[in-house]
Amino acid sequence: MAGLAALRAPTRRSALPATALVRSIGLSGLVRPASEHAAEAAGSAVERMLPVLPELRRLLPGGGMRRGTTVAVRHGGAPGGVSVLLTLLAAASAAGSWCAVIGLPDLGAVAAAESGIALDRFALVPHPGPEWPSVAAALLDGLDVVVAAAPGPVAASVAGRLAARARQRGSVLIPYGPWSGADVTLEPVAGSWLGLGQGHGRLARRELVIASHGRGAAARPRQVTVWLPVNSTHPVPIELATPRFDPLPEAVAG
Amino acid sequence: MSGRTLYVWCPDWPVVAAEIVDGVPAHAPVAVLAANRVVACSQAARGEGIRRGLRRRDAQSRCPHVIVVDHDPGRDARAFEPVVSAVEQLAPGVEVVRPGACALAARGPARYFGSEEAAAERIVEQVAQACAVEAQVGIADGVFAAGLAARTGQLVPVGDTAAFLADLDISRVDRPDLVDLLRRLGVDTLGQFAALPAADVLARFGLDAALAHRLAGGRDERPLAARQPPADLDVSQDFDDPLERIDTAAFAARHLAQRLHERLAGHGLACTRLGITAVTEHGEELHRTWRHDGLLSVAAIADRLRWQLDGWLSGTNSAGVRPSSGIRRLILVPDGMLAHAGLQLGLWGDVGVERDRAHRALARVQGMLGPEAVVTAVLGGGRDPDHQVTLVPWGDERVPTRSPGEPPWPGRLGAPAPATVPAEPLPAVVLDETGEPVGVTSRLLVTAAPAWLLAAPDTGAPARIVAWAGPWPVDERWWAPAEASRRVRFQVCLADGRAMLLTLAGGYWWMTARYD
Repeated sequence: MAGLAALRAPTRRSALPATALVRSIGLSGLVRPASEHAAEAAGSAVERMLPVLPELRRLLPGGGMRRGTTVAVRHGGAPGGVSVLLTLLAAASAAGSWCAVIGLPDLGAVAAAESGIALDRFALVPHPGPEWPSVAAALLDGLDVVVAAAPGPVAASVAGRLAARARQRGSVLIPYGPWSGADVTLEPVAGSWLGLGQGHGRLARRELVIASHGRGAAARPRQVTVWLPVNSTHPVPIELATPRFDPLPEAVAG
Repeated sequence: MSGRTLYVWCPDWPVVAAEIVDGVPAHAPVAVLAANRVVACSQAARGEGIRRGLRRRDAQSRCPHVIVVDHDPGRDARAFEPVVSAVEQLAPGVEVVRPGACALAARGPARYFGSEEAAAERIVEQVAQACAVEAQVGIADGVFAAGLAARTGQLVPVGDTAAFLADLDISRVDRPDLVDLLRRLGVDTLGQFAALPAADVLARFGLDAALAHRLAGGRDERPLAARQPPADLDVSQDFDDPLERIDTAAFAARHLAQRLHERLAGHGLACTRLGITAVTEHGEELHRTWRHDGLLSVAAIADRLRWQLDGWLSGTNSAGVRPSSGIRRLILVPDGMLAHAGLQLGLWGDVGVERDRAHRALARVQGMLGPEAVVTAVLGGGRDPDHQVTLVPWGDERVPTRSPGEPPWPGRLGAPAPATVPAEPLPAVVLDETGEPVGVTSRLLVTAAPAWLLAAPDTGAPARIVAWAGPWPVDERWWAPAEASRRVRFQVCLADGRAMLLTLAGGYWWMTARYD
């Protein structure tokens, strides 16, 4: 903290942005955004951050799903939306969080279990009907992560009410589909499968490029390439295995 | 030395049980057969010359109008339960020796009713009044001697047991091989057998014979294994004003749940299954059993009772039948009992506050949408991703329809599993390069390489197939025509990066799952 106080004065005078200065001195591990201090100041003894798989940490501000935020998963452009959703839930569920999925009757439970989700803490409401916002609100009261797939367009007032409920209860709301006002939005932008040939082989591993954008700490768009399933032993070709994003200094420090 | 034992014996019990349960007339010649041999017969049948051990044909030749009944040990035991209850009303600590015979310590009833004779008379009378069953009582030292005394209805005086046994035939020890051997050695009565030196009997005939030797000498030292009468845990309530509306029913449900929980807690028990029975004004009886994966708390019992009453009163239950009148009487029958010594919270929070919060929230949604609207997936065995998943309502026992271990499910698709599995497969058309439909021969050869997927579910436009693998055949349950399924599976990768699981069955292509 002393280092931070010492840094503050020169930062104001300098023309350099604060992050560049922090990077230049190599303090990126010590300096934290103000929002984290605010969370600590709230004095909450609960773990404020739900874990995500290491591959996804760079996409989310703070390296995890902060309780009380809305992390949307959008799909439609490239295939892989459900896989992004399951990968996002995996670490939190394995770490003991209770999750629920509303309005996804076709979700493959075998794939969920393979991605690492604990099925005994994983509730499904396949057909919530027109009352899905009340169902989501009720579940946000008691569960750590609630995935809501709305049957149609969502009014901004409904979205705002659910986000406020999540903030108040310290749960994470994950809207699946178009959503206005999410803190972070994840979206698969490209993907390809490995292992399948012309009449031989089988689907073994996939490369999925996931982009994130949002507001506040997540305002800067980011993109990572993940290989799913993450624990597969299927080999990844060398020329494909190189990361397709510009390495950031934070990633080295973290 | 074992104490005085009172033995209650109901003659020809399998015949009597058949009369009680199945209405077979026991006064007519009746023979109960197991494995084609007579194991019991009525008095009338004995008069016709039927004996234990006869074959069916021999029995029918001696008495052509004999009624033949199959032996059913379960029926015997069920029918005997009221007799045991009747005896238990007079004296506690009853051991059921076998269906048709029970034993109890004679000391208590004898002192209470004044003498052993009075106690025996009272018990015979009680059994006759309560169950309309004829019983005989014998009293002696030890269960073995008392059982033999009951055959003749004797009360053997204290200390005379050995003398009483001495004159009886050796076959009473009920060990046919040993009896056969002893007879050839010239030992014909229990007294002669008991007179042999115990050490020699053990050395020559073995442990079981040594035990029989002690019994023959009247030294029956086994204490009675008295049964614990099962506690009556059912809770019921009658309503003067029949329940017609769900709000009044919910109020009653809460109260009944509280009573059931208190009664169970009083016995140190908790239940994992709950039977709910409702009787309406017109005498209709509705019943449903609820299962639960943990212990049923007061709130869980009340929730289930409320859901059930809601279903019955609003007619939205699975049967779709609405009772014709209000509910008069509610009965809660707890089942699947466990000893419950109090809830131990998990040290690291696996069972605790978070679990309770989550269960409360999910129970609230179940209250909003109905208990079947919130489900949880249980993985079982199966060859296709949709077969491996069983969806059970939240809170029910997590039991898969097919067990995951047995059988080993050869032909199962490996990981990774598809992330999107539609409940109903979507129709598809697969064409080759020339536009001809692709098929699979009976020798599992693909007629041509798949090149186009027509009517692809998302776009509706033909999509180029860039990679494919298959066919992987499955021929399931061919022995059950209704469930039989013969199909081949393909994995295909489309030009836009989508991957799918296609199934070809009966000449039609289906999109079974998407690797979304």
